Parts: sequence; C-alpha cells; structure tokens
Amino acid sequence: MKQTSGISDANADVVIVGAGIVGVACARAFALAGLRTLVVEQSIVGGGATAAGMGHIVVMDDSAAQWNLTRYARELWIDLKSQLPAAGEYREIGTLWVAADAEEMGEVERKQQFLADHGVDGTVLCARELHIAEPALRRGLAGALLVPQDAVLYPPAAAEALLCMAEAEGARRVYARAVAASHGQVLLDEGAILHAPVLVLATGTALELLPPGPETAGLVRKRKGHLLITDRYPGLVNHQIVELGYLKSAHASTADSVACNIQPRATGQLLIGSSRQFGDDDETIRPELLTSMMERAIAYMPALAGLSSVRLWTGFRAATRDKLPLIGPAQLPGEDCSLYLATGHEGLGITTSLATAELLVDQVLGRTSAIPREPYLPGRFQANAQQAAYD
Amino acid sequence: MTEQEIVIYVDGRAIAVRPGTAVAAAMLAHGMPNRISRSGQPRAALCGMGICYECRAAVNGVAHQRTCMLACTPGMEIATQ
Amino acid sequence: MSDIKATRDGTLQTTACDVLVIGAGPAGMCAATEAAASGARVLVIDENAGAGGQIWRETRAGAAHARSARARFGIRRFAASGARLQAQTRVLDAGDGWLTAWDEAAGGSILVRYRAIVLATGARELFLPFPGWTLPGVYGAGGLQALAKSGLPVKGLRVVVAGSGPLLLAVADYLQRAGANLQGVFEQASLRRMLPFTRHVMADPGKLLQGAGYGWSTRRSRLRTGCWPVAAHGAEVLEAVTMTDGKRRWTIACNALACGFHLVPNTELARLLGCDLHTLDAARALQTDPQACVEVDGWGRTTVEGVFCAGEPTGIAGLDAAEAAGTLAGSAAAAYAGFDSTSSTNTAPPVAQRRYARLLKQQERHKTFARALQRAFALRVELRQLCAPETIVCRCEDVTFAELHSLRGSREAKLQTRCGMGPCQGRVCGPATQVLFGWRPGSVRPPLAPAPVSALLAVPEATASR
Repeated sequence: MKQTSGISDANADVVIVGAGIVGVACARAFALAGLRTLVVEQSIVGGGATAAGMGHIVVMDDSAAQWNLTRYARELWIDLKSQLPAAGEYREIGTLWVAADAEEMGEVERKQQFLADHGVDGTVLCARELHIAEPALRRGLAGALLVPQDAVLYPPAAAEALLCMAEAEGARRVYARAVAASHGQVLLDEGAILHAPVLVLATGTALELLPPGPETAGLVRKRKGHLLITDRYPGLVNHQIVELGYLKSAHASTADSVACNIQPRATGQLLIGSSRQFGDDDETIRPELLTSMMERAIAYMPALAGLSSVRLWTGFRAATRDKLPLIGPAQLPGEDCSLYLATGHEGLGITTSLATAELLVDQVLGRTSAIPREPYLPGRFQANAQQAAYD
Repeated sequence: MTEQEIVIYVDGRAIAVRPGTAVAAAMLAHGMPNRISRSGQPRAALCGMGICYECRAAVNGVAHQRTCMLACTPGMEIATQ
Repeated sequence: MSDIKATRDGTLQTTACDVLVIGAGPAGMCAATEAAASGARVLVIDENAGAGGQIWRETRAGAAHARSARARFGIRRFAASGARLQAQTRVLDAGDGWLTAWDEAAGGSILVRYRAIVLATGARELFLPFPGWTLPGVYGAGGLQALAKSGLPVKGLRVVVAGSGPLLLAVADYLQRAGANLQGVFEQASLRRMLPFTRHVMADPGKLLQGAGYGWSTRRSRLRTGCWPVAAHGAEVLEAVTMTDGKRRWTIACNALACGFHLVPNTELARLLGCDLHTLDAARALQTDPQACVEVDGWGRTTVEGVFCAGEPTGIAGLDAAEAAGTLAGSAAAAYAGFDSTSSTNTAPPVAQRRYARLLKQQERHKTFARALQRAFALRVELRQLCAPETIVCRCEDVTFAELHSLRGSREAKLQTRCGMGPCQGRVCGPATQVLFGWRPGSVRPPLAPAPVSALLAVPEATASR
C-alpha cells in the first residue's frame, strides 16, 4: 500500500484520532503530562466542526454539570491566553445575554445572582446601559447580563496553536485516515499500525471507528448549524451578543430552532448564527433556516439587513442525548480498556476543549479532577451505569 | 471645473470629474488610493471590472461598494475604507 | 413577462422566462438574440450597467475612441431583439430551473424561473504575485484598459504593458491611441512558443485583419517576447518596474504597469450548477489548470440538462468563437425550452440549417485555435518563483507567500490564514495559488458574490428544489 504520510508502525503512550479543537487540546495535555503522544488527522487540523463554530468561550449555567465544565474550562483558557499566537485572535470581549422583555430580564437577574454566588463576574445592564454598550442593538430591549471574562477566538488557528504546543512537548502529528482503532492499535489506511495503551477518539460526529451495535447507535448525533459572515464593519459590535432565548434553542430536543448570536471578529467582520437541526446530514444551506436565523438576528440588530454578506456555511455539532459530552473510557462491550472517547460537545466544544483534555488525562493517569467526572462518562448510557460512577 | 464636469467628494475633498466617470477612475486620476488594506497598504483598482474588490469604498454611506463599477454622480460622497 | 411579487419587506421581484442568459457580452448577446428570434422570452442578467461585456465595454464621456463598428452592431442588434436586459445585477445562487440575484440599482433581490439557461460569464485576467504588485499604479492589462474606458485619463501616462496573451497587444494598441507614453510591451512567452500561434492567426482570414492591426502597432510599441516583470517599485505609488529576460534585468521608470497573465474562464456558476469541467490540453491536470473550462458539445450543451455554456468559459478562444458559440447555444437553449422554429432540427428551414452547419464547423476551428492559444501563452516556470517571502498573495486578507507556501491546500490556507476568504471569494488568489502551489480550487458555494444580508432572505420557498 502506498505510504503517503511516511509513517511506519509506531509505538506511543497515547494515540489521539482527530485533530479538532478537542483532539489537539487532549494532545497538549497528554504531552505536557509527559506521555508520548501521536495525533492522527485525516484532513486538516481544526477542519471539521472546529472550523464551523463561533469560537465563543462562555460559561453556561443551565445545569450543574455544564456549569462546572464551562467554568473550569474558561479558567484554563484565561490561563492559556497569553501563550496563544495572534492568529488565534483571543479577545476577552465578554458576552452580552440580551433580554427582550421583563420576563427575560428576570432571568438576567437570576443568572447574575448565580454567577455572583459562584464567584464569577457578571453585571446587569439596564436598557439605557445596554444601548451604550451596543448602540447597534434595537431600542426597546429590556437589558442584558454582561459576563466580562467570556471571550472569543478563531478556532482553526487556536487548534493549530494547541497542536504546536503539543509538538513542542514531543507530540507528533500524522496526516492519515484511521480505519480501525481498538485494543491498543490504530490501523491507518496506508497500512501502518500505531500501538498505544490508550486510544482517544476525538472525531466529532464521525464514530465509525466504534463497533456498531445498540450501545454506539445514536451515541452522538449530528446537529446542523448555519453561519453567515459579513464584510468588515469595525466598531459596529463590541461584545459577543447572545439572546437569552438561545438556551431554549440549545435545549430544544428535536425541533429546528434558531437564536440570535452575533460576534464581532478581530477583523471587524460579524459572525452571525445560530441554528440547530437534527436529521439533516447534508451540508447544503437550508434557505428557510438561514432566513429564519437572519431574521431573528435582524430583529435584535436591524442594521444587519444592509450589511454585505460574504460567505455562508454549515457545520455539524456532535450532540449526545443529554447534551453533555462524552469524556472518559468508552465502556463498550468487548472489554477494550484502551479506548477513550472525547466527543459529543455539541455547541460548547471550543469552550470545554481544555477541560475535556484535563479530565481525560486525569482518568488515564488516575489523578483527581478539579470537578466531578461522572456526568460526562460515556458509560452513563450503558446498562451498567453504576459501575462507571465508581471510577 | 468646466461646464461638463461635476463635483464629488472623496474623504471630504472636492474633486471635479466628467459625469459618467467611474468613481475608481476619478479617485486614481487625482492620485488617491481606493482603499487601505488590512496591513495598512494603500491600494487601487487592479482588475477594473468588479472581480478583485481592491477598489472598494464607502459610497454615500454604504460600505464595500466596488467603485470601478459605479459612475460618479453630482455630490457623491466617498469615504476610503 | 415579469410578475412582480413583493415579500415581507418589498424587496423581492419574481420573474419567469424561457431562456435565461447570464452575461451580456458578445456570447451572451448572440445567445439572447438568437433565442429571442425563435419567440422565446429571454432575460439577460449582467453585473455591468450596460451590455457589451469586457471587450465591448462602454466608454465614458472623455475616454478615448468609442466602440468599434462591430461592437455597435452587436449591441444594437441585441437591443432590438426583444430580449430583456437586467443590468447591474449579480447572481447569488442557482439551481434546477431557478436563479437568485441581487439588483444593485433597485436595491432588491430577484428570483428568476427559467426553462433553459445559457452561461456566458466570460473570463477574467490571471494575476500572478510578484514583489510590489500591490502598489497603486499596478493594474491588470485589461484592468487598465477598463479603467481608461471608464474615464481614467491615460494621455501622457508612462506605461509598461507586461504579462501574457493577445490581450496585451489589444491593450497596448488602445493605450497608444489614447495618447499614453508606452514604454514597452513584454510578453513572457518566448518567440519560439508564440510563432506557431502567429502562423495560426495568419491562417484565419478573419483574424488576419486583427493580426495586421496589432502587427502595425506592435512595431511601434516594440513588443518583446521572453520577458517578464520581477518587481514593481515605489513608495506609495508605482514609480518603476524591473523586467528580466532570464539573463539580464533592467528597470523602467513608469507610472503604470498594465500586467495580466492571460485569461481564466469564469466557471463558478457552471460549477455551482454541477457542470463538468475539462482541460483543453490533455497534458494538463484538471485540478491544477487555471484554464480548466466547461465541457460542452458543439451546441453548447453542458453535462447538465438545460444548462448551456458559450464563449470564454468553454475555452479562451476570442471574439469570433464567442459570437458563434453564443448563437448556437441560444438556438439550442430555445429549442430545449420548446421553441424550435429556427433550431437545428429537421424542421428548421434550409437557410437556417446551413447557417448552423457553418457555425458548427467554425467551432472546430475555434477549438483548435483555443488550444493553440493556450500552448502559445503557457506560463513559464519562472513565474512561479517571483515571490519574496513577504510578497502578498491574497490581497483581500494580506496573506503573504511565506504564510502559504508550506500549507497543503486551499482549504487549509483558508482556515489557517484566511487566504481566499475575502470579498473576491478567491477569484484573484485562487488561480494564483493554483499556479504557484498546484492547489485545487475549493468548492463553489453560494452566495456567488457578496450581497446585502437582506438579499439572502427573500427567496426560501423557491430554492426548495435543490
């Protein structure tokens, strides 16, 4: 078989399949922990969901497990930000959770209290203050919650940066496609076999490497999203703007939904989302969903209608049944102790990538974790879920 | 300004041009770049036919217009981006 | 013919036609004229303010000599044909039987339903980066001519014309007649490569006249072959250009450099509609040939039913080929749409049949001419090595050669450096990186041109068929 990457059989301590943001975050964490790390990528670093995401680093309080993970992860990003290259465009512009009416304003107050109780900065803005913070938002909004330490970055460049950090610690990247991964061996399409006691699948929605069966069917589903990016309009928007209704959209289990999500990029371009659909595996733009999404955004920011739109694209989030990621031993029948999963991050992959990496390395090395790990264990979906709880 | 010429404004500066002249041509004729690039370089139209977008400027308040495809009209206000 | 229907904010116009023609240049006008003559309702969409395309671009008041007699005839005939022109309108998206576009003048979207579509989208110049090429004063060859026709004064301008292709001669000719101070015309192809081409030109009576016209002015303008630019110099604007013949280098003081390396077909819409491309030269690989063109039969039928293509997108072959192809495609498109009174079928009158037979025979000659053209003006390998590390390759995003040359493809470049993610949507840097690095162009996605957000909102129900 033709060898394209030049790799021959190799031994390592851990092989990670998938160089999306989660995979490379894991690579960095493993490499820093002193493990010989190999990362296998079939296409481009950060070329999957990582390239389709918004790059929003955000703390989410919709569940205890989500809060723990995002809060932990955000701290890790804040610690890391000074090491990121300029191309990563890490900017601490904060999130504005926008309230359209009094009811949503009540939610703003509640969130602010929650953040305060947990030692995280958050400021309530009244309507007037919101207008000063974001003059382009329409009049008549009730106010917002500003979470100042939330940030945005440019995911593909950040992913490349994380992988370079891993390589600086001795990790290696291999551009090849893995055709099988089990029991300590990863078989590449060119024929080389990589041996490692720990195999990590960080392949997003592509879980073909897992043995087919009831345990793996539906473990991760594709949740499609649309994005639009405009030409440059520097200074038009200052923060990552998210409507409070976003949470309803993210939690809608089956219906197609949209929510207003507007992000100013470092270039002054506006990145606009978001939409969620199940059951559409085609990457074609769905005009009705795009229209719905843009109309929602325009409802919050009328000026958007006249901006020059340069590009549209779609992406597939890896979504699990309970909206929490899979971080830990795969726990599938066949007693494969080598196989770990790091996927299923839905719309929070960028944020939680660093925390995912720490939790995974903790489990491999038997370290205690900064947060409880149980809610994210892949085994929770198995019949013997109690066993997983004792890890 | 002769009788056939009209006045347009580029970054506030009044220049006289023949009606129907493309905005990009008018700016270049008066030694003005059409835009400043991402890294701060002055740029001017390259392709002259609306492909390269090097000539883009804000015209009468609307950003990112391809000035090589726009004819000057009296009182037009152009702002380099 | 058009039924106006407003949407939520009144900006959508819906219209229907039998034959939709994209591009109002020579090929598009011939297609439209021919299709209209059969009784079909024809709509022509063009980005420019009027018909004529690039070669017959309207000259503004004060610009040098007006359009040729041939151009005036073609445009008048088109204007009288009954075909409707939707000018200042750019195509955003298209599918089976529908197309959306943004009407700049009206500030609204258009949805067109069609039975047959003719793509006459023309060609654009190939630009290759070299140090200093981003200076104001460095234009495309056709670029400077287009700007001059749009009112840029060139009288007395010290200009160097360089690059490749017959366009250089046309541009040099035009500039000289407009009073420019031509400092030289430099063709990168060697004389040896070009000689078969000139013989070819001589073999074609129609082109002989054109060739003679060029021959005359090139004697005056001192055409030199085997020379190419290595750097443009200047602080804020162009002040000088350094040329080379591979051995010596010399610098010419000038205010303008008209530099383009021949043409690449505009195949984006064809690709979006799923048409197959091919190369004219079997020796070239499809993914690294910037001149890969739309595959058509003699009547302009592409590999997608109901989609026809004529002119430069099917192969750079010049004006005669474009008009002939346009006529044939217009006829075939009208026939496809159900209007075959003047088509190629046996029911057509003998005069018409003979006419089409003649045009079809000419197409063979044009194809041979296109191949000869491609061979004569093939880009020499040195042109891939002009960049310094800091030379900008993607002008929209200011991405340098150093940032790109070790990347593995256009998608990786897009994601890591934003090369190709600017408003030109890769139309300038795409062919350049194809030549420099052999990168396959990325897939085509709507919108085909930047457009206001509101343009994208208007037409959901129409596009459900894709």
